[in-house]
Amino acid sequence: MADIVLEARNINKYFHDPIEVKVLSDINFTLNKGEFVSIIGKSGCGKSTLLYILSTMDTDYEGELVIDNQLLKLKKENELARVRNEKIGFVFQFHYLLNEFNVLKNVMLPGLKLGKLSQEELEHKALEKLKILEIEKEALKKPNQLSGGQKQRVAIARALINEPIIIMGDEPTGNLDKKNSEVVFNIFQELAQEFNQTLLIVTHDNEFAARTNRIIEMQDGRIIRM
Amino acid sequence: MKFKLIKDISIALLLARWRQTLIAAIGVTFGITMFIALLSFMTGLNDLLDGLILNRTPHIRLYNEIQPTKSQPTSLHPDFLSSYNFISSVKPKNDKLELYNNASIIKTLLSDPRVSGVASKITAQVFYNVGTIDLTGVINGIDVVNENKLFAFEQYVVAGNYMDLELIPNSILLGKGAAEKMLANIGDVIQVTTTKGERIPLKVVGFFQSGLQEIDKVQSYASISTTQKLLSESNNYITDIQIKLYDMNNAPTIAKEFQEIFEVEAIDIQTANSQFETGSSVRSLISYAVGITLLIVAGFGIYNILNMMIYEKMDSIAILKATGFSGKDVNHVFITIALSIGIFGGALGLLFGFGLSAFIDQIPFNTEALPTIETYPINYNPKFYFIGGVFSIITTYFAGYFPSRKASKIDPVIIIRGK
Ligand SMILES: Nc1ncnc2c1ncn2[C@@H]1O[C@H](COP(=O)(O)OP(=O)(O)OP(=O)(O)O)[C@@H](O)[C@H]1O
Ligand SMILES: [Mg+2]
Repeated sequence: MADIVLEARNINKYFHDPIEVKVLSDINFTLNKGEFVSIIGKSGCGKSTLLYILSTMDTDYEGELVIDNQLLKLKKENELARVRNEKIGFVFQFHYLLNEFNVLKNVMLPGLKLGKLSQEELEHKALEKLKILEIEKEALKKPNQLSGGQKQRVAIARALINEPIIIMGDEPTGNLDKKNSEVVFNIFQELAQEFNQTLLIVTHDNEFAARTNRIIEMQDGRIIRM
Repeated sequence: MKFKLIKDISIALLLARWRQTLIAAIGVTFGITMFIALLSFMTGLNDLLDGLILNRTPHIRLYNEIQPTKSQPTSLHPDFLSSYNFISSVKPKNDKLELYNNASIIKTLLSDPRVSGVASKITAQVFYNVGTIDLTGVINGIDVVNENKLFAFEQYVVAGNYMDLELIPNSILLGKGAAEKMLANIGDVIQVTTTKGERIPLKVVGFFQSGLQEIDKVQSYASISTTQKLLSESNNYITDIQIKLYDMNNAPTIAKEFQEIFEVEAIDIQTANSQFETGSSVRSLISYAVGITLLIVAGFGIYNILNMMIYEKMDSIAILKATGFSGKDVNHVFITIALSIGIFGGALGLLFGFGLSAFIDQIPFNTEALPTIETYPINYNPKFYFIGGVFSIITTYFAGYFPSRKASKIDPVIIIRGK
């Protein structure tokens, strides 16, 4: 059996406001180490909702989620924060960098929180990640001095800093032009191929999805193809 | 290591909104400054006013009072022992105000370890003769050296030398008010009439001003021997023994004890001057209330700025949480911000409070009633600084508590979805 990084078992999700709606039904799938998987589906079918559950930020669901052989169901808030910090790198559609800190510090923050490396080691490592993404020159700029594509690359560098076992992205190229989307896709592909990084990316871009290892297609809260 | 990260994030958030944080800190500074200045000044004033009375009042005074005997002969008579007697119009028998065997009382008192000093005294009712008019007056015959030691007598003598009372026979030190009425100058000889009708010339050697006009109009001082002569009494006649204790708070119990041992009346300072105690405590209560109100207002300032900051930094908080910071970390960040505002603002407040007190201390304050005072009184009690410091931290902590809790509960999913 290949290394299973993430496993979703019978996940159901309801929203109660304004009326009770079931947005996810019976989600079952596994992700193996090194897989580059995309999730596609029509708008409103529950992709983001699923991703928030998988990333441990949303805990209001039925079913079981296992990441790195740990069942996350009954974990406390701070334990889940620790799992996110250590094992998951998240890339959003909007860049969500902290404008109070420079690029380098933004990349370092999750590492500082993890506290496994010293300040100097982390700085070195953050610069390394920025180099992979070819934006090490911008290290000392503030995020609001960067272009959209550059910001997204910084966000990816931040997602990588703690060497997570999985990177999740919710339409990470959704807000970028063709050229920048291409750059970001190539980075993901490179991460998957060269560093055996597991990736789970929600996208609207079918071309993008077609080039990944595996496509999970959703419709009305169900997986219809994977 | 963990704290350094929290601190870094706090500082970054603080600096991003430094104007508002500065204003919040100034609020705390203002509150603490006023708290310190107000309490120092009020307490200074209290001490001054209390001093007016309390410093010059013996902790315990022993004296005799002319009063009817408590057990009347009827109640001692064997025939009436079992009955209840009503006697109306009981009169005191002609008893003297003199304290008998005062020499042995004083000796006992001086060997008592709780007693810090003893000064004997005679009060004599007299009339000051001004032309054909007689003014009522009281001459205090004092043991000059001890009186000065216990009650800083010297401080109230505004003209002349108090030791002259002892050195010049038949001398008197007049109250300022009395002297003005009599148009008496130092070196003049005035006439006084005793209650027994004797008229005696006394030489004026100085004036005193106590700060209480009613006293200055009536009272004068003379030495014990002069007063004894005035009253044609023997040289062991005294009417009062004034006692100072090491611990004033014990006065009521010790007074009761002395009353029994020496079989004289004994009154303690608390009973004699209870109204001053209440005045002081009400004044300090008001100062504390005003100071604490100022701090609470400052606390609301901090509460507001933090709430605003959290509202503005929703995205940042969501990001921190999404990348693995726990609710507790976020909570610590905002508490740290609140406390730094409190500590920074509070420390400045203590400094400015000290400055303002020192400034008030320099403002001239001359009043007829208080000859020894030249500037506004300030009490630099470190206790106020301690309370101010602790209170600034406590208020800012509570001001930060609810906003921080709110921040820690922010659900990153809602923020991220909201985009
Ligand atoms: N807080 C909420 N309360 C109630 N219903 C919600 C809430 N959030 C999302 N939904 C509903 O859940 C369904 C799934 O939403 P979700 O955001 O997961 O869709 P999506 O697949 O990510 O769509 P898109 O491609 O447009 O991003 C939608 O029908 C949406 O209306
Ligand atoms: Mg979505």
